[in-house]
Amino acid sequence: MTNLTAVVNNEQTGYQNFSAGSFTFRRDEYFAYIDYPDGEHVMPIDAFLKALMRDIAWGFFYGSVNFDDVFGTTNHYGNVDMFIGSMNEEYVNNGKDFMENFPSEELMEVFQAMLSDWTIEGFDPFAAPQETGTAWGPKNGNNDEAISRTRQVAQRMIGIPGDTEIRSDKTGYTVNRHFKDVDQSQPVVDAEPGFEDQIHGFNLWAHLSRSDVTWNPSIVSICKQSLLCPTTEEFILPVEHGNDRVEWFVQVSDEIIWDIKDGKSSKPRASLVMRAGDVACMPADIRHQGYSPKRSMLIVWENGSPEIMEKIKDGTVPRVGVEF
Amino acid sequence: MSVEYKTTFASIDNYNKGGVQMVSGNIKDYVFSNVYEVAANAAPYERIVVAKNLVYTLESCRAEGESPWYTCAHDEFAIAFDYDVEVHFIKMDDTSFIDDEKDGSFRLDGKPAGQYMGKITLNRGHQALLPEKVAYCFKAEKPATLVLQAILGDESNEKWNEICLT
Repeated sequence: MTNLTAVVNNEQTGYQNFSAGSFTFRRDEYFAYIDYPDGEHVMPIDAFLKALMRDIAWGFFYGSVNFDDVFGTTNHYGNVDMFIGSMNEEYVNNGKDFMENFPSEELMEVFQAMLSDWTIEGFDPFAAPQETGTAWGPKNGNNDEAISRTRQVAQRMIGIPGDTEIRSDKTGYTVNRHFKDVDQSQPVVDAEPGFEDQIHGFNLWAHLSRSDVTWNPSIVSICKQSLLCPTTEEFILPVEHGNDRVEWFVQVSDEIIWDIKDGKSSKPRASLVMRAGDVACMPADIRHQGYSPKRSMLIVWENGSPEIMEKIKDGTVPRVGVEF
Repeated sequence: MSVEYKTTFASIDNYNKGGVQMVSGNIKDYVFSNVYEVAANAAPYERIVVAKNLVYTLESCRAEGESPWYTCAHDEFAIAFDYDVEVHFIKMDDTSFIDDEKDGSFRLDGKPAGQYMGKITLNRGHQALLPEKVAYCFKAEKPATLVLQAILGDESNEKWNEICLT
């Protein structure tokens, strides 16, 4: 049989190969090669690293993280599937799909080591394309500082004494170039003596205008298991996120176009145009990818209830947010 | 060339709602509405659920004039989405009537007895904590949009057929 595997010369480029189970990952100056028992899948290295960054930052997230139409991961919360073609109708119908299950920690270690080795100096996979250098070329240092950023998670609400700090120049978060016109004033708090620590407010839009990452929600307030997870978005969500539960979006500013496909087959379902004030729910059986022409503010609203996990396991999780 | 970017927000009196282009399926699956449109068509301080996940909600509320006093067994949060809204707080002398197991805010019978804690004046984008077991009321000189992070309760109204694309 002809060997169709691409030739990658690590001695020339300086990169390492990585393995997890039957999968082997290699990169050259422009592409990532994913080798599995039945073949090889190829992705542009910048797209691969941006997707890998989100899969790591989100802890394999809710449901599936599709790096593209073929390769991705599905989170089972403690263990994770890594697949080729399992969410692609043609691969499945022709028996060309391949999947392997891993303990989450084990695969995460491989992914983190790969991201560290393959991300070169000057390339930030969290950043918008106009805010970073390129991923191309031979091994040239690393950017561990950028890829080790963790998302900010409030325990009750951002800015409450002892909780996560509000972003500011002082804490190293400058206003993004697309949000220079966003009002930075803080709410006027007139607390009576003795109640200064009990009344709290902050400028959420200003906080968001200082986000240094794209497509990476943080948590600003928690109402029991209700998590308000705003984020700023620019260019393309680097993955197709396959939902295993419903997920709500509230568009705060500007505009995002959401491309919606069937979660399993990837057949097109809809296109949503969301503008300031729009609210929409992603059904539990779709995958979605967003396009944000200008950096925009989006509230992702999540439910962290253990009850949801139980419903996913027993197959009773609601497919849609509301039936009416 | 240096570009000056303009961030597009909206308001209860100036919004430009998007929409859905369907290929297959049912447009109702996306439960698509707009918080400003909902507030524009609501009565003052009517809370209308725009997002719901099990018992948890996001509610659009038209702030206009002075609201009744409310309280809740758990924290809630309010975000001013366009114009100025004041939030006033009272630490109630008696909170024994609040059922710890009851979700969602409920209306009090007038201004409660207790210590005035102060107020927060919210402008566009400002978020306030509505602390558990504290009484609060809103004041707005002109119609404004609040979005509340809450739990389905006595004050929550569901009008999906009226607010969503169908």
